[in-house]
Parts: sequence; C-alpha cells; structure tokens
Amino acid sequence: MLHIFCPHCGELRSEEEFHAAGQAHIPRPLDPNACSDEEWGDYMFFRDNPRGLHHELWIHAAGCRQYFNATRDTLTYEILETYPIGATPQVTGKSTSPQLAVSGQGEKV
Amino acid sequence: MSQVYRLSNGGRIDRSKVLNFTFNGQTYQGFAGDTLAAALLANGVDIVGRSFKYSRPRGIIAAGSEEPNAILQIGATEATQVPNVRATQQALYAGLVATSTNGWPNVNNDVMGILGKVGGKLMPPGFYYKTFMYPQSFWMTYEKYIRKAAGLGRAPLENDPDSYDYMNHHCDVLVVGAGPAGLAAALAAGRSGARVILADEQEEFGGSLLDSRETLDGKPAADWVAAVVAELKELPEVTLLPRATVNGYHDHNFLTIHERLTDHLGDHAPIGQVRQRMHRVRAKRVVLATGAHERPLVYGNNDVPGNMLAGAVSTYVRRYGVAPGRKLVLSTNNDHAYRVALDWHDAGLKVVAVADARHNPRGSLVEEARAKGIRILTSSAVIESRGSKHVTAARVAAIDVKTHKVTSPGEWLDCDLVATSGGYSPVVHLASHLGGKPIWREDILGFVPGEAPQKRVCVGGINGVFALADTLADGFEGGVRAATEAGFKAALGVIPKVLARQEEPTVALFQVPHDKNTARAPKQFVDQQNDVTAAAIELATREGFESVEHVKRYTALGFGTDQGKLGNINGLAIAARSMGITIPEMGTTMFRPNYTPITFGAVAGRHCGHLFEPVRFTALHAWHVKNGAEFEDVGQWKRPWYFPRNGEDIHAAVARECKAVRDSVGLLDASTLGKIDIQGPDAREFLNRIYTNAWTKLDVGKARYGLMCKEDGMVFDDGVTACVGDNHFIMTTTTGGAARVLQWLEIYQQTEWPDLKVYFTSVTDHWATLTLSGPNSRKLLSEVTDIDLDKDAFPFMTWKEGLVGGVPARVFRISFTGELSYEVNVQANYAMGVLEKIVAAGKQYNLTPYGTETMHVLRAEKGFIIVGQDTDGSMTPDDLNMGWCVGRTKPFSWIGWRGMNREDCVRENRKQLVGLKPVDPNTWLPEGAQLVFDPKQPIPMDMVGHVTSSYASNSLGYSFAMGVVKGGLKRIGERVYSPQADGSVIEAEICSSVFFDPKGERQNI
Repeated sequence: MLHIFCPHCGELRSEEEFHAAGQAHIPRPLDPNACSDEEWGDYMFFRDNPRGLHHELWIHAAGCRQYFNATRDTLTYEILETYPIGATPQVTGKSTSPQLAVSGQGEKV
Repeated sequence: MSQVYRLSNGGRIDRSKVLNFTFNGQTYQGFAGDTLAAALLANGVDIVGRSFKYSRPRGIIAAGSEEPNAILQIGATEATQVPNVRATQQALYAGLVATSTNGWPNVNNDVMGILGKVGGKLMPPGFYYKTFMYPQSFWMTYEKYIRKAAGLGRAPLENDPDSYDYMNHHCDVLVVGAGPAGLAAALAAGRSGARVILADEQEEFGGSLLDSRETLDGKPAADWVAAVVAELKELPEVTLLPRATVNGYHDHNFLTIHERLTDHLGDHAPIGQVRQRMHRVRAKRVVLATGAHERPLVYGNNDVPGNMLAGAVSTYVRRYGVAPGRKLVLSTNNDHAYRVALDWHDAGLKVVAVADARHNPRGSLVEEARAKGIRILTSSAVIESRGSKHVTAARVAAIDVKTHKVTSPGEWLDCDLVATSGGYSPVVHLASHLGGKPIWREDILGFVPGEAPQKRVCVGGINGVFALADTLADGFEGGVRAATEAGFKAALGVIPKVLARQEEPTVALFQVPHDKNTARAPKQFVDQQNDVTAAAIELATREGFESVEHVKRYTALGFGTDQGKLGNINGLAIAARSMGITIPEMGTTMFRPNYTPITFGAVAGRHCGHLFEPVRFTALHAWHVKNGAEFEDVGQWKRPWYFPRNGEDIHAAVARECKAVRDSVGLLDASTLGKIDIQGPDAREFLNRIYTNAWTKLDVGKARYGLMCKEDGMVFDDGVTACVGDNHFIMTTTTGGAARVLQWLEIYQQTEWPDLKVYFTSVTDHWATLTLSGPNSRKLLSEVTDIDLDKDAFPFMTWKEGLVGGVPARVFRISFTGELSYEVNVQANYAMGVLEKIVAAGKQYNLTPYGTETMHVLRAEKGFIIVGQDTDGSMTPDDLNMGWCVGRTKPFSWIGWRGMNREDCVRENRKQLVGLKPVDPNTWLPEGAQLVFDPKQPIPMDMVGHVTSSYASNSLGYSFAMGVVKGGLKRIGERVYSPQADGSVIEAEICSSVFFDPKGERQNI
C-alpha cells in the first residue's frame, strides 16, 4: 500500500485515502470543436504507459478532496514527488535511478 | 502403548501436561509444547496424507512452515473447521481434532494409491490437460473428483464463531524472524530507543537456537534466547509478536503480519478473545532475518514416510524429545548436517551411516562424528529408499557429482529414517514480494536478495551468512544500521562468544544420480505437495517448456500451498541441467504474498456480516419498517421497494400503489437522491459547461432537468437543478451517482477551470425529501403548509420556500411520475415529524406510501429514463430521443458536445430508445432480452437491440417496455421480435416511449 504525501494536507497518508485519476498534464483542448475526430480521440482515449517515471493525477478522496499530481516510478512504485495542480514537476525523464528520490522530496514522499 | 518414539528426556516440552488429541478418529497423547507434527511422530504415525496425483503415502518431512505433506484439516466442530494447516506449525492443545484431507477408505489403505502405482507412468505432467479435455463441458465434472482425490481440504459449512481483527501500526524498525540474527537485530535496535516490532512465525522466539548444539558465552543457546527476550520485554518501545507470520512485504514498507493469538489454546478462542489478528505495519526500516530452509536431496522414492529433512530430525530430537525412528542414515553434501548425526548419536540412537557426497570432508563436525565412531561413506549418497508405508532400507552408492553418475552398485542399509541435507536456501520470499530479483551465489549454492529500493536490511541466513558467530554479528550490525537510518543513536554492544568451527564448502548436489536414467529410476520427487518428479521436469523441458515460469505452470512445481519452499531450487537445478544451462541462467519464479496461507477470517477481520459495508438509512427508515416495507439496496442505501399489505405479493402491491398515485396521492421517500449545493459567482457558467442544456436564463425560483455527459458524449447522470440565488444552485443527482458526480464537478473545477469561482458541498444527508404525487397532492399539501399552491402562483418546474408541517421547507414542483407532484425537502432531523403530519392529513385522500418499484413503473409509463438502466454508457442524448435537452448553440464547448459530434455518434442506424408494446398485451418482455427484425433467420441472428425496462401496467391495461433498437425512431409502428431461450418468440410493436399522458397534462394542472 503506497504512502502518499498530500501537498494540500502536508502529511504522508495511506493509499486507501486516495484515488488515482490517470495520467497528469492532459489539458482539455481549449477549443474542442476545432479538433479533428482523431485529435479528440487522442485527447480522450490515448495515454502513456511508461516503464519508469509517470506523472499521475491523484485525489485525496477521503481527506481534503483536493486533486494533486504525483511523479511515480511504475517499476518500483516509488513516489518521487507530489505537487499541486498547475505546478511543474521537478523530477522528469525516464530513468528509475534511486538517486531521484533524494533529489526530489526524499524522505517526505 | 503411547508415544513409543518419545525420548526419555530432553526437549522443550512439559511432560507433566499430557494432552489428548485425535488424528483420523484415533486418540493419541502428546505433551504441552509439542507441535501436532511432533506429537504424531512421537506416536509413530507414519502416514499423514496421500499425495496429490499418485496417491502415494506421505509422512512428515519438515518441522516448520516449509512442510509440504502434513497439511491437515483441523477442527472439532463444523463451525471451527480450518483447512490446510501445517501440522508442523500447529501447537498441540487438549482436544485437538485433526484429519487427513484425502485417502479412501483411509490414508493407510487407499484405493487411489493402487491406481497411482499402476498408472503412475501414465500420468505425465499435463496429464489432466491432455486427458480431460473432451468434451469441454465435462471439465466441471472431472474437476470435482480430481479435487476430492487431490485432498485440498474443505471450508466450514457453518459460521465461524470466532472474532478476527486488524491492527494498524507504525514503527521505526520491524524485525522479521526471531532466530539468532533477528534477536540480535531487535536487541541492537531496541536498545537505541527505536519503536521496534519483532515478529516470528513460531510458537516461541529463538529459531534455530532452540535446537542448537552450540553454546553462547559458554551457556546453552536457549539461555541466551531467554535473556534476550527478557531484555526486549523490558524495553517499552519494543513489541514482541510470537506466532505471527510476516506474510507480505508491500509497497513503501507496508507489511502484513498474521498473528495467531489463540490457535494454540483450543478449537476456538476463549470468550472475549480475538482468535487471529492482521497487523498492518508501516515501518521506517525493515530488517529481514528470515533465515534459510534446508534443501532436501532428490533421490528415488524419497517420499516414502521416514524420509526427512536432516535439520528437522535435530529439531524433533532436541526441541520436542521425539526420535522419528531408531536407525538413521544421513545423506549430505555439507558439514552442517553432521550435527544431526551427532544429536541422534547423543540421544542414544543408532546412526547406521552418513553418506557424504564430498571426497574428503574434514570439517570440525565431521571429525567429531568420526571420533564418535560414526560410519562415514564419502563420495556417496542415498540414491533410493525402500518401503511401502515406511522406510525399511536405503541404498547408498558411490557417485560422481561432476558427471552425475553412480559409480558403484552400492549397498542397501537397513534403517527406518533417512535424513537428507542438500544445503540451505535463504528464505528470500519477502525480499522478493515487490519484484526484487534474487541473485544466485555459487559459494553458498543459493539465491540471496538482490538490490532493491525498499528501505530494508537483510541479516543472517537470508544473506547466506550461516555460521552462528557470523549470523549474530550480522544481526547486531543490521539492527544498528536500521535504527540509525530511522534516526536513532544505536551502538553495537557485546556479541556473545560462539565456538568457532572449521567448516568446509558444500558441494553442488540437487538431484542425486541413479544407475537408471531419471525416467526409469524410482520416482524422485522434487515437489511433494504437488507430486512433481525430476522426470516430469525433464519431460517438460523436452516438450519445449524452457522458461522457468512455463516449467512451473506445466508441471505445477511450486504451486502448492507451500509455494515450493522445499522443491523450487531443486526443480530449477534439474531444469537447468536438462537444458545444459546454469541455475542463474534459468532464474527463479516470482514470489508472491502470502508467505504461508492465511485464513479468510484474518483477511476479513471485522469486515463481515453487518459490518461488511456501511449501510445508509434515510431519516424515515423507522417509519418504513413500521409500515411493512420490503427494502431494496441502492448503492449503500436501503430504499423501500414496495409496501405489501395483507400478504400481497410484489405484483399486487405495486399495482395497488400505482393506482393510488394515478387516482389520488402517493408518498415516496426520495431522500437518497444525491444533492449537491453549488455556490459561487461562476456557478451558473459552471453548470453551462457541465450540463448538456443551457442554464444562463434559469431564474431564481425555477428548476430545470439536466443531462450530464462524459467527454465522449455519452450520458452518465441526470437530475433536476434549482436556482436558489443568482450564485446558488441545488443540484440533484441519481441515488447511485451522487459521489461520482461530486468528484466529476471537483475534477473539472480543480484541474481544468480553477479560474471559475464555484464551490461544491454534498448535502444529500442534510435534507430529507418527501415526494407527494397524484391528483390530490395539492389538496393534501395545502393542509400542512403555508405556501400558496395555486397553479399560477406555484407553477410546474418552480420551487418555493415555506413551512411544511411547521418546519422550514423547500418544496419543488417537479414530477417523476407524470402526475401533479411536490417534492418536500426538510432538514433531515425534522423529517419524521413532517411525515407524521402529512400522513395524518392524508388519511382522507387514501395517501399511499410507495416504493422504488412503483416509482419505476410510473416513470416508465411516462418514458422517463433511469440512467444506468435505460442507458449503459454508450448512449448519447440523441440516442435517448432527448435531443431537446442539448444546447446546440451554447458558446462554450461543454462537456460531451465535441464527443457526441464524432462521426460514429452522428451516423444513421444507431441504437435508439423507443417504446415496445408486446402484441399480446399479457406477455411480458424480459429485461435484457435481445431483439431481432427477422425471427426466422438462421442462428446467429442479427441482433438489433435489447429491452432496457419492462413492466406490466395497470394504468395502461397492457404490458409495455422500453428498449433500444437500431434506427428505432424511424421504425415507429414496425415490429421487432425477441426469441427466448425456450424457443418461443415475443412479438412487439415499436412505439413512442411515452405511453401515458403523452401531452403531459396531468403534471401541469
């Protein structure tokens, strides 16, 4: 069971308080009507499935009810950082080096 | 005579406490401190079960959790049955009742066993797949008998009388295993003041020290254990959990521990006590001190009772005072196993011979055995044993380990116990639960944990550190490291002195060669629980199953409840050799939780019966119960389904309730509808974006029906939203969709449109909703309210505030029945009083309470949809013939608009919601029934839609249905057919989905 740092509550809490809500940073097209069916289909249905770092949208459903993003390693399940909606992730790239945990929020996440 | 194999002294048992127990109906005696296995061996019970596939007699092999054979059914009563208990891990208690799980007529004389002997050669791996394939429909029948013959235990048929629990913890250091390394680690970490949990699966702490010949600081090892446990007990931050198996190592250092609190006390827990507890622990650091399992050698007929693991023999002799035989032959490839011969010799028993696969062993223990005159045969091994129900002899022959050949015919040695040791396999299970790949170490001939991101330390046997002095040092260091990393100041302390021994390396030997090839030699069992032989593994590789995971699945190697603790490494070694590759090239299979089986009771904890899931009641629930309601579960809610009177069945009750609503007035508890309070200056704009229709012009005091779609254009919820103030709306949702819709609103506000100032609060439970529906509802309501109900003052689709039953209320004039209706919302804790006043006033109008079933019929007569019943996530508003609810000119591209304009959503011939009128008015179309245009076409027919709602209707005088039909809206008046499973065909006319009062006059008077 994951241990997730909610950036709104400022606490590490257990996964059972949270729900994952899919890949993060998928903005709704500003003018949906200008999208071709294919572009709209990409927005709607196509998501990354990386082996390694993944930016994900989570909600602290049984807590503050706020959405936030997390950078998680899909291989090791380490969460390297959590950050509010609108913020830019600090940990990027594809590697799964354990050093990233330190350069990110380390112990806190 | 009882306990003929009990030694006259020794063991950690209490000989003054005699315990009676039964096994397969026969009564035996053991002592307090015994395991069930120890007590069975003390009584000379050889056969504890029959094997999985060949039904061969099987005896106890091991003394711990790795036991593959002594898997018994425990329980004195039906309610207390526990299947698949390892006799080696079950403490003996007075009155214990154990049985074997197979064998017919009994385990000693088994009919299947004869078949197994005759047919053994005819049952290769994949036998069941290959044999029971045809006809496919018969597999269920075959399986029942195969399962019974395999002996897989059975679940109790009555409710478990005991309580089970969860406990959540946090700790600084969790130490898994309380053998020498674990005790040392716990001591080092505990002394630092860290919060430490020490858990061990055995009845008492100490692990291998409990049967060790070694001394620590010149005293028996068990004395050191006692001193350490005493010190740990005094440390306030240390929690000791004996009888507690750490079964799973989950993400982010979350571990699950299965503690058996009273399983050693009796058939069920003493009154007021919890039987088993699942600890859910989040640990800053984990110390894995899980030790190692001794590996048996694989040789001919190695499954005959009386063939045991060497270390287990020492455990039974030294810890339980039981000698599982009289005349021992020991077969080994390492020094450590010699202690078994010494223990046996010291107990005054006969060591017939030690067969050592090595050329010239000269280690200290070997020399000690030589000095005691024990016969040692070098470059030798037991290549097969003999005996039908128990070992009577073992054949020891000279072997060449390098060429894997027998080099002499050997001799048959008369014996009744063969103990073997093929080395030690570190218990890497927990270290691998999160996917960490173990690494092969040739120097110790075992897999050790590899690198892993988890915050853990591995100490002792799991690291391949086997010598006692090294194990203790490794444990202390690991404990210090874990505590330090968790933020505590830890010091090493004094490590007890252990006599250093000179030990020589182990030689690699897994399957012992035989003078016949593997396929012809007597069966050499690798996995005894699943009856997998060396020959089967060779056959699997010959048949092309080369990946270790494929070999596992084809042969069932390691698939038993023991997860192949004894067999896996031997199996890998055999597969690797038969393919000419190395063991690390072969690799291991995955290890998964749980390490040992867990009872369902412990998994469920308190989450069973009425605590399984929360139940939600409306404020009026007690009234419904008093008035005889039958209830329906809607999500977590209990909703009145119908209110039968005088023994009515559901049909009679619903017919009566429907008639009352259409003729006079009915009352529905609609409190469960989701209610979301929406406030903020941008609330209106937000509604415009989230609903399909327009909200810009909805005035204060008015209400509007809205559809919600997902981005793909498919309907996912509906409901009425009322304007309370220019910045304030009350949204209603479906009962089941309330939480989903709230989250939907939140995600768009928080992630897409954070610039919109709007706030959402669930107020479902704050308001109770009493719906009055029927032509007399106005008259009735006027008697209990001060609100002006005049049709012009309070028209349809508006709402008013006022008093109802003397209580402030919001009354909505909306209708889900097609009748004149008022939805009275009052603060939930006033609702019962309001209801009573309405009921009192309603007597003269035959006010009739109705439930969800009547509601469904009444709304369907009007063609009103229920999202989730008439829709299934693939229907656009246009498919539902609800295009009137789509704001095609709204400036903002609201959620669903782009989606419903995709090519596929605007094509002709989509399935559309229509009414269906069976040609025979008394025939009822089953909900879900498929529809075709031509019932005479050959099968498979071209299916063109299905029935979504179907009812018998009193108001209409005929049964009717709603359903979806391809291009249905253009086919009004045409016929569709529904072929039924019994061969009959129901013919129906496609019609408008509004059956009753199509002009909507009744709701608008």
